[in-house]
Amino acid sequence: MPEQLLFAMEVTLNGLMAGVLYALVALGFVLIFKASGIFNFAQGVMALFAAMTLVGIMDGQVPFAHLINATFGTDIHHFGWHVPALLAIILTTGVMVLLAIGVQKFVMGHLVNQEPIILFMATIGLAYFLEGLSDLMWGSEIKKLDVGLPQGINETIDQVTYDLFGYGFFIDNLDIVATVIAALLVVALVLFAQYTKQGRAMRAVADDHQAALSVGISLNFIWVLVWSLAGFVALVAGIMWGTKSGVQFSLSLIALKALPVLMLGGFTSIPGAIVGGLIIGVGEKLFEFLLGPALGGATENWFAYVLALIFLLFRPQGLFGEKIIERV
Amino acid sequence: MIYREAGDFSTTYPQDSQTFPIKFDRYRYYVVLAFAFLVVPFLINDYWANAILLPFLIYAIAAIGLNILTGYCGQVSLGTGGFMAVGAYACYKLMTAFPDVSMFIHVILAGFITAAVGVVFGLPSLRIKGFYLAVATLAAQFFLVWLFNRVSWFYNYSASGQINAPERDTFGILITGPNATAWATYLFCLIFCTASAIIARNLTRGTLGRSWMAIRDMDIAAEIIGVNPLKAKLTAFAVSSFFVGISGALFFAIYLGAVEVGEVFGITKSFLVLFMVIIGGLGSVFGSFAGAAFLVLLPVALKVVGADMLGWPTDIVAHFQLVIVGALIIFFLIVEPHGLAQLWRLAKEKLRLWPFPH
Repeated sequence: MPEQLLFAMEVTLNGLMAGVLYALVALGFVLIFKASGIFNFAQGVMALFAAMTLVGIMDGQVPFAHLINATFGTDIHHFGWHVPALLAIILTTGVMVLLAIGVQKFVMGHLVNQEPIILFMATIGLAYFLEGLSDLMWGSEIKKLDVGLPQGINETIDQVTYDLFGYGFFIDNLDIVATVIAALLVVALVLFAQYTKQGRAMRAVADDHQAALSVGISLNFIWVLVWSLAGFVALVAGIMWGTKSGVQFSLSLIALKALPVLMLGGFTSIPGAIVGGLIIGVGEKLFEFLLGPALGGATENWFAYVLALIFLLFRPQGLFGEKIIERV
Repeated sequence: MIYREAGDFSTTYPQDSQTFPIKFDRYRYYVVLAFAFLVVPFLINDYWANAILLPFLIYAIAAIGLNILTGYCGQVSLGTGGFMAVGAYACYKLMTAFPDVSMFIHVILAGFITAAVGVVFGLPSLRIKGFYLAVATLAAQFFLVWLFNRVSWFYNYSASGQINAPERDTFGILITGPNATAWATYLFCLIFCTASAIIARNLTRGTLGRSWMAIRDMDIAAEIIGVNPLKAKLTAFAVSSFFVGISGALFFAIYLGAVEVGEVFGITKSFLVLFMVIIGGLGSVFGSFAGAAFLVLLPVALKVVGADMLGWPTDIVAHFQLVIVGALIIFFLIVEPHGLAQLWRLAKEKLRLWPFPH
């Protein structure tokens, strides 16, 4: 096989893996949007916050250490213990649930019945708030996150492809793990939504807030549940991205990358988030590979948006979105 | 009993339809203008100009621009930073290509170029609505910044990839470059800011502004009663981008002097201007000023309180700023979705009745 084609295949595979990670973030968006009609811009920052909290708990960092030191002139930074990864993940999930309750109680609860655009802007405010808070709590330096996920080149794939084509594909173990976890997460979410009482209530709320209220479903509880789920998805995404490239501010920017994924897939569809993620992941990697050198490189910055924009011109509701019906 | 209209009779139509129908309000406006034009230039120094007044005036123009698009026409845009970059680079190319032409012309031309770019990126708004459009404008933001970063023609093939404002004057007074005086730069920006506000105010209460508001309130209904959505949306994009382009040109040429596009006109700038519009008040020219003033003064005030008085390191102050801005946005959306402008309206109403409660 010609070398260029092999490269292209490798790029495609890597794009698929990256797409899975985009899809993970997009999934959190879809969950909240379906259940409450809120376009949650803070999803990326939630991933950052979750990853930072996880690292902080694992390393036994003192929250707000910088602030305390600056105010009282002390010099504290660590409790001096190390929490095992699994326990830390459970604790962080707890923190995300608390965050969900807080968001519902202090922000979204007051904004019931407001226009969607107002809710959207409130989540932008939330994003800023969380970003500042996580920096204040845990410090803004780049942190290493290691929860024991395998990393590095996958030897088996390298060997097998070398035997087949005479060229070993470079696939990161972490990406494979991410793919498996994303698949499991989607299956779990779909099962939850289809077969549990809360899941059914969640779908009812998504369908019609008022009808759901009238049959005795607590909107408050469902929204807390949905925000907690989104927080958990953010945690998973945060772990994946954090392990890959360190826990730092740029983590919150993946939310911006998840937006075109959503547009492609449609805001209301879980399969759409996955397919959209894969299309964007493969598309931007292939585009950079094929045309990047001619255009001056770094096309990944904008390709996803332009692709989504052009796509939307032909299908405004995205691939799997519900058909938009407008009435006066 | 201050904002009272009693005894204030309109005897002609122009009197009836003037911007400030209440006499007290009108005189207040004249006093503010006179103070800004005739007193401030004599008091101003470099610190005041660079820390507060120039950013305030320039951001106010950008906020007016975005307010036209988002507040009046209902099209949420996250591409303001990108359009400001267009204004800045257009101004730079014009400044270097025609060094003898007055800066006034350059800035206005930069506005028109940005308006043209804005129309192109506004075209999708005819098909895409709401959130989808907000995300689509991100395409403009990222693509434009990438373009100015990669195509070296835009920065005249300079090695650093930066653009630097050369020294240019208008009517023989130096406006740009490090040797420009504070009062000259201030007056230059003030003229643009005042003109933008007056134009925006009069556009928004005319035919065009009404068609924008009709589109904002419900686009299908507007279409049915005969508002042309193509015309309304594209003019909103054009006018909005025109103002944003002017503010970008001023931001680069007058305020900063040197610009690295990814740093200065990144996505955070888009959000900053959007926040000004939200906090100030959607659909209000006064709100644009209030929002710009608020978000320009807030970091300065926080720095004074946090870094100078409490002695905190600057990074902690910066993080606090994020927390406070985020919390304020949520606060405003919950308590007063129409922003500072609505508070001002309420205050005026109270003053009108004062000292009686009702």
